[in-house]
Amino acid sequence: MTALPNTKHFAAPVRRRGTISVPTVTLAHGGGGSAMRNLIDDVFVSVFDNPALAPLEDQARFSLAELSRLGDRLAFTTDSYVVDPLFFPGGDIGKLAVCGTINDLAVGGAIPLYLTCSAIIEEGLEVDTLRALAKSMALAAADAGVSIVTGDTKVVHKGTCDKLFLNTAGIGIIREGVNLGADRCRPGDAIIVNGLLGDHGAAILNARGDMALSTAIESDCAALHELIAELLAAAPATRFIRDATRGGLATVLNEAARASGVGIEIWETATPMREEVKAFCEILGLDPLYLANEGKIVCVVPKDEQAAALQSLRGHPLGWEAAIVGHVTGESPGRVVMNTAFGGRRIVDMLVGDQLPRIC
Amino acid sequence: MKYVDEFRNPQKAKALLREIEKLIPRIDICRHRPLSLMEVCGGHTHTIFKFGVETMLPDAVELVHGPGCPVCVLPMGRVDDCVALAETPGVIFTTFGDAMRVPGSKKSLLQAKAGGADVRMVYSPLDALKLARLYPEKEIVFFGLGFETTMPSTALTILQADREGIRNFSLFCNHITIIPTIKAILDSPELQIDGFLGPGHVSMVIGTRPYRFIAEHYRRPLVIAGFEPLDVLQSVWMLLKQIAEGRCEIENQYNRVVPEDANREALAAVNRVYELREFFEWRGLGSIDHSGVRLRAAYAHYDAERKFSVPALRIADPKSCQCGEVLKGVIKPWECKVFGKACTPEKPLGALMVSSEAACAAYYQFGAIPRQKQGTNAA
Repeated sequence: MTALPNTKHFAAPVRRRGTISVPTVTLAHGGGGSAMRNLIDDVFVSVFDNPALAPLEDQARFSLAELSRLGDRLAFTTDSYVVDPLFFPGGDIGKLAVCGTINDLAVGGAIPLYLTCSAIIEEGLEVDTLRALAKSMALAAADAGVSIVTGDTKVVHKGTCDKLFLNTAGIGIIREGVNLGADRCRPGDAIIVNGLLGDHGAAILNARGDMALSTAIESDCAALHELIAELLAAAPATRFIRDATRGGLATVLNEAARASGVGIEIWETATPMREEVKAFCEILGLDPLYLANEGKIVCVVPKDEQAAALQSLRGHPLGWEAAIVGHVTGESPGRVVMNTAFGGRRIVDMLVGDQLPRIC
Repeated sequence: MKYVDEFRNPQKAKALLREIEKLIPRIDICRHRPLSLMEVCGGHTHTIFKFGVETMLPDAVELVHGPGCPVCVLPMGRVDDCVALAETPGVIFTTFGDAMRVPGSKKSLLQAKAGGADVRMVYSPLDALKLARLYPEKEIVFFGLGFETTMPSTALTILQADREGIRNFSLFCNHITIIPTIKAILDSPELQIDGFLGPGHVSMVIGTRPYRFIAEHYRRPLVIAGFEPLDVLQSVWMLLKQIAEGRCEIENQYNRVVPEDANREALAAVNRVYELREFFEWRGLGSIDHSGVRLRAAYAHYDAERKFSVPALRIADPKSCQCGEVLKGVIKPWECKVFGKACTPEKPLGALMVSSEAACAAYYQFGAIPRQKQGTNAA
């Protein structure tokens, strides 16, 4: 920045936070002018407040020395959130955007530290809705002990995005000696999940309302980094952790089986699932193994650490219903096989696209 | 889940399997080759794969997955007509979910939707009628498909639209009838089927009587089966028992739902609204006489084929496709030349790779697992 001549004659400007008084976001709020500044101040900066964000530079800055005290590798991830509806039982797009990216860092063994927040807003969105969602993000971040340190806002024409899309990127630090990977699974390892599966997927489908079903299923949306840190302390030889988001348990297991060149065998009777979720899927012709979760991880742990891992998970409020659902085998590499409750066996493959309900 | 778990009881399954095993030595055919039983309905195929029923059966019993997936037997030309209707300006095209991915000669409905066509998934034709009330300035087309199971609900929707005087609603009718289809399979010179599991939900509408000719004329037993895995096992046992005892009858395992007599009200609605087509084209099976229905002249204004112009071209199945032979039980899905190679669920060439109810997609997804290779107990 070039200094203006005679700056000493001006008093240093004290920047006051802008506010916004109109009820809806318009294209003017994306124009780069004072309307945009006011929107950012009012909605985001006021609730995300932290030292890294405060200067409102185009980037957040960190001390490398401080970071390297926590571990020896940087973990960096990004995820976009386009969920419809914006608010759903058990959460909202803001909470999801924070927890989801924290989990993406944590499943790699990283301590999550900093998040970004990019918002793509459809013109016409109520400012109060945006405020509520930003508050929800701030709350989720504070709960998890991470900071939202930089961000961006764009406003697009009506119809070019669905109300609000959020993107959060995240930075975390991986401690020395922690090595997790989908390719590290070995025959004999136990497959563990930290609780009931399918809640998020069922809650979202239900909240969209086109099914006209009334259930009380809530999303399991939660940040799992503390649970994972405890797990890694209890079972340090853990091979692989993945959050079972889109595509559910079935997809994670298929990825692990393929990456490690092993077979995976699971037991339907051992797979924890709410009766409501099972019934929901039954009525709609969906397979709950593929339903999304936002607070569930799949862990692959060597046999001699499975008891310690299970005990650690069950000792955490987000893992008290943890269960061993199966194990890694040396047979049929790349395949996931399920022993059905009925007594048969079937292959659980990757989905091609979305699950489409059956006709009859 | 109450009312469902009773029909999925693994102890009862084991008991039934023991009874099935006992019958096998009494069946002559089993000395030379496996007994070949066809489940006609896609709903059964789905149950068989979802619960792994096939992996529990002894090697002496083989299941052949029949033509009863209405999504799969739809010829490519009809899918092209769907796409053309969906792409007509002002049209909202409504369909059951699993018809979205069926490939036409150029694209599927899913691709048409991505290209800007207004295609919406509904769970019932009444949901489509609701859209017609909601958007009076639009034309709502409902993609009616399925056997006698879904026929009454679209017939009643047409009657409802007529009562309300709704004019911006129409039906692209691809309903098909089960009896001529089973007959076409039975008439096939390569037929290798020893007995049939009859379609439960179709029978709920048409009753058990229309199947009699199968036992009387073609000398094949048929057991109308329910859709839970114990229903399927019990029906297999009933078929084996008939064959072992030298009987050949139409029996009803699904009597908690299927009456001997037809559902008169449902059939009355069907007869009021539809008439038989002279013939209908089936994917894999070719043209079958009187196997489809269309709207009667009195309801012509609800007929999308008359209301809009559709290309109505006959598109031949790809030459390499062996869907017909798979449907008739002549070859197993994995014996098809293109199975898993040129034809996969990502890029289905033949109809049987499309819906999870269809034989090839089911094998591809749920896989053929060596039988009786049961694992040990859960950790």
